[in-house]
Amino acid sequence: MNSFSYHRAAHPVEAVKDVNNQSDAKFVAGGTNLFDLMKLNIEKPSHLTDINRLDLGKIEVLPNNGLRLGALVTNAATAWNKDVEENYPLLSQAILAGASPQLRNMATNGGNTLQRTRCYYFYDLATPCNKREPGTGCSAINGFNRIHAILGTSETCIATHPSDMCVALMALDAKVNVTGVNGERTIDFADFHRLPGDTPHLDNHLEHGDLITSIDLPADHFKTNVAYLKLRDRQSYAFALVSVAAALKMEGNVIQDVSVALGGVAHKPWRDRQAEEQLKGQSATAAGFREFAETVLSGARGFGHNTFKIELAKRAIVRALTMALKNESTILSDLSKA
Amino acid sequence: MKTNYTGQPANRVDGSLKVTGTAKYAAEFEAEGLLFGYIINSTIAKGKIKEIDISQAMQVAGVVQIFTHENVSGLAWFNKSYKDMDSPPGDPFRPLYDHKIRYSMQPIGLVVATTFEVARFAASLIKVTYKEEKLVTNLQDNLHRSKKAPMGKVGYVQPKSRGDAESVFAKAEYKIEGEYVHAAEHHNPLEMFATTAIWEEDGKVTLYDKTQGVSNVQLYISNIFGLSLKNVRVVSPFVGGGFGSGLRPQYQVFMATLAALELRRPVRVVMTRQQMFSFGHRPGTVQRVAMSADENGKLTSIQHEAYGETSQFEDYTEIVVNWSGTMYNCENVKLKYELVKLDVATPTDMRAPGAVTSAHAFESAIDEIAYAVKIDPLEFRKINYAEDDQVEGKPYSSKELRACYDQGAAKFGWSGRSIEPRSMREGNQLIGWGMANGAWDALQMPAKAQAVLSLDGKLTVSSGTSEIGTGTYTIMTQIAAETLGMDINDVTFKLGDTLMPMAPLQGGSWTAASVGSAVKAVCEEVKAKLFKLASKTKHSPLSGAAPKELTMAEGHIFLISDPGSRLSIIEVMRLTETDSIIESGMSGPDPAAKTTHSFNSHAAVFAEVKVDEDLGTVIVTRVVCAVAAGKILNPKTAGSQILGSVVWGISKALEEETVMDNNFGRFMNHNLGEYHVAVNKDINDIDIIFVEEHDDLVNPLGIKGVGEIGIIAVAPAIANAVFHATGVRVRDLPITMDKVLQLAEEDKNQVRV
Amino acid sequence: MKNATETVELPEHYPVSLKVNGQAYNLKLQPWVSLLDALRDHLQLKGTKKGCDHGQCGACTVLVNGKRINSCLTMAVMKDGEEITTIEGLAKGDELHPLQKAFIEHDAFQCGYCTPGQICSAVGLLNEGKANSLEEVKELMSGNICRCGAYTHINSAIMQVKGETGNE
Repeated sequence: MNSFSYHRAAHPVEAVKDVNNQSDAKFVAGGTNLFDLMKLNIEKPSHLTDINRLDLGKIEVLPNNGLRLGALVTNAATAWNKDVEENYPLLSQAILAGASPQLRNMATNGGNTLQRTRCYYFYDLATPCNKREPGTGCSAINGFNRIHAILGTSETCIATHPSDMCVALMALDAKVNVTGVNGERTIDFADFHRLPGDTPHLDNHLEHGDLITSIDLPADHFKTNVAYLKLRDRQSYAFALVSVAAALKMEGNVIQDVSVALGGVAHKPWRDRQAEEQLKGQSATAAGFREFAETVLSGARGFGHNTFKIELAKRAIVRALTMALKNESTILSDLSKA
Repeated sequence: MKTNYTGQPANRVDGSLKVTGTAKYAAEFEAEGLLFGYIINSTIAKGKIKEIDISQAMQVAGVVQIFTHENVSGLAWFNKSYKDMDSPPGDPFRPLYDHKIRYSMQPIGLVVATTFEVARFAASLIKVTYKEEKLVTNLQDNLHRSKKAPMGKVGYVQPKSRGDAESVFAKAEYKIEGEYVHAAEHHNPLEMFATTAIWEEDGKVTLYDKTQGVSNVQLYISNIFGLSLKNVRVVSPFVGGGFGSGLRPQYQVFMATLAALELRRPVRVVMTRQQMFSFGHRPGTVQRVAMSADENGKLTSIQHEAYGETSQFEDYTEIVVNWSGTMYNCENVKLKYELVKLDVATPTDMRAPGAVTSAHAFESAIDEIAYAVKIDPLEFRKINYAEDDQVEGKPYSSKELRACYDQGAAKFGWSGRSIEPRSMREGNQLIGWGMANGAWDALQMPAKAQAVLSLDGKLTVSSGTSEIGTGTYTIMTQIAAETLGMDINDVTFKLGDTLMPMAPLQGGSWTAASVGSAVKAVCEEVKAKLFKLASKTKHSPLSGAAPKELTMAEGHIFLISDPGSRLSIIEVMRLTETDSIIESGMSGPDPAAKTTHSFNSHAAVFAEVKVDEDLGTVIVTRVVCAVAAGKILNPKTAGSQILGSVVWGISKALEEETVMDNNFGRFMNHNLGEYHVAVNKDINDIDIIFVEEHDDLVNPLGIKGVGEIGIIAVAPAIANAVFHATGVRVRDLPITMDKVLQLAEEDKNQVRV
Repeated sequence: MKNATETVELPEHYPVSLKVNGQAYNLKLQPWVSLLDALRDHLQLKGTKKGCDHGQCGACTVLVNGKRINSCLTMAVMKDGEEITTIEGLAKGDELHPLQKAFIEHDAFQCGYCTPGQICSAVGLLNEGKANSLEEVKELMSGNICRCGAYTHINSAIMQVKGETGNE
């Protein structure tokens, strides 16, 4: 870990100013990913601005009946929040599918969106990585890429975004509220993260010094008929090989609205709105779900070890939609009951 | 007060220390002015260090010294001085010895500083430049370079073939063959390797070390640094898991000792979790098995060959294929075991080394041949049951494997199984039942112990063995208390110190038998002394009694013929003015027994899996593990050992794999986030059965050890259950969803039957 | 051995007040000291274990204001003013915490290295009150790796205490 200075901010404006004072300063909240990466010399901030004492720790119902999740509310507190459990069960399920109870008690909503990839090569200074050191090359493309992306990849990077929560936020059309040196703004969740392109070192569209203050969920949006399905190499405490956040709005057996986001397959939570449009108005059938899955994965490309994810993702979509249709998923979801 | 403690499910005597956080592990010993070491490792797999620039790191306030091959001298000249009690043939790795890089993550330097954080920071400022050389780390691509495994590692025996398996196989009607693969696995005990080295003014060094053998570390360090044995004390009262990783001294003990001696200061060196992947591992192995049987299910030929990886500098061997010659009756057996040298660290024994590797392939193949002749796999095993050791031509001292079959099958409900694959399901979940069996050597090594009985009636027994979680403190206390008929609360067992009588390495499931026999022997000495003293007491009920007329139980010495005529231990000592009784004892295997009998423990494992038909996910819902391991000293701690072994087996079958990137010659998932071991959610119902097994020949205690036997048959039982559920043979561990669905890129080892 | 001029800057020390197991400590720590290392190396509370230092094993679990966290992944300075409970703070004098007793009774450990973290995690689990069944206990105890494989015994111990305390 490198040497760095530390300041505990009392107000968002002060925090933003403190980070903007140094080009490689960073905010720290839960610290679960940042401190981890600092120990490995992957992140080397010269200064840390501790934002834990800022007043961003509430979950509030908005005037439009949407829900505002404070950036500093922990993942655990969010998942177990009564409003979230009742009105956005998909979000609760996704959060509880990620990490461990201890990590969820530390990690914040703002920080969760900023998690960095778990790519082996990103994590190991001994190997080239364009995300860690632009221009050095991607070791994963010709390496062991079982956990890597199949959608939206580039010649420079095939890393995935590791979050579960973000997959649900993507499916739920969340918005991220940010304050920065140039004032406040709101970013649609779909536009929050980036694809790697030729700038794989950038994970999202935040500018230096931008502080996430909250995340908004729209009102009356997929309260029932949701399912979060996470496929991984052990039953808990592992990152997704493929995950699916599926949400349906049904009228009888006719799909009024649908939203499906994928995790573990791309540099950002993946969603195909065109495919969703095609599904709307159709009856809910296994064949229809499969056709939808084929469309979503039509542009997928495998790199050898991860090629299985293409078919696995299709099956996972079908299963998740089927689970959502049955509306049987519990908050602490359990695949063996799926 | 009943004092017949052995066989009772006593709670651990060290339990309260462990649940209160007061049991002290190697990194938890303190000293005034303690320095902290941080190890740096090679980023390349093969080549030479051109330059190692420590100048910037040395500028950091608080850095005391940085050791590299450039500034370390005065070490032992010959590589034989680096041999330890568990070294395989070859030239052991010598840390910081020269500029050569032999494997990725090889340790190449040590930063010593006043705090851990400063040492870690300074390590990040060291710049190393290398001259890289072409590397070879891919086992499967290099099988053509294999060579016969040499003798030399303790316990290694070359496999013996018999009959003419090839010809019989060629002509056989019912036969199967297959290739079975597993990658490297790492032990990952939860405590990371650590040493606190205390330098003393008189030139002595005390090493608080994580090890499965304090004497081995003492020998290793004294040879390398030219210290007399009496100047090296190694202490290790608690070890946070070993599983074989602590059999050989690891490089942090070298680093800590080097720094303490050079700097004349106390130094602590703790590995990082990433560094826990930078030394020995279970070797990746490729196995080929071919078998034939007649229409009645009698095995007519067995061919089993195994290719294990080893380093360029040592020939690590384990007993893999030999087991295939002993498990079943078969006249034609061809066995072959070879090594492939790669640019990797030398593999190291890992829980049930060799046997668990073998069983994965061999017991899966047995299932396959049973299916070929359409006989229930359990029935098939019974048909081919070997009463005697087929290789040595000797009877077993005891072998209650049939009882394991029967009791395990009954508990599991095996009789309700339909042989057809894909014949059971619940919704999307295909259900499968599989079984397998395994064997392990019941070994005993020479061991010594000391006993001190003090005037207050308290007994302290000691032996330089270790406590890696197996319950050594507890069972030794039980043995001592029972032998002397004392209250268990009056007995203390101490271990893990080279000042104590020498014990063997803690491995191979032999500690209970070896150290336990020594403890029993030394307590018998104390008892004999007490009987003599009791006889000398004047005007007491025991005056003049002959030793054979006396016995001990419940804290007293009494006449066998008249239990009312008795004296307490304290009374005997007071009446004879005896301050204390100090006895030493030792015990070792009976060489005569070995010429007439073979000694094995056995187990049968039954597993149920649920496999998602569409998604390929595998959950092990039930396991029954029936074990025949002689007398069970403590069903509670022994049960935990078997339970842990089953968890290991599930973890091995479904999750564990250290992934080598052959471009870099580097293990890439070197952390606990990506090297998956079983978590709580992965584990469902596990039933342990200890079948009754009486054995007077194996050792004076009649015990066989339980550290390895539980794991051996678990992975094949699960693989066989996955086949029964799905009709897919996954011959490549771990069994992940992509392999079950046959979506994996290289699925040549997945066969749909 | 080293140059007189020291050019590489080290972090400043910051005042940190921690209330650990009811006792107040006033420390001066550099921000790069994790809460785990502060407990082990600065307060000599070695009961909290380091099993990976990266939030991947749970051995370092402690309770901060009653909630379980991984002490390895937080800087001690961030916990200024907070109440921390470690394994050393669970027993009342010689009277073990019910979970400690149950762990011994159920043989819910072998080597003992993950045990303090398991027990602190279980205390946090019971405080949370979200685990209503064995299945949920398993899921919500999966952040604590036991390499010795004592999981089923750990769960039995927790279920027993959960039943006794009526924390249904």
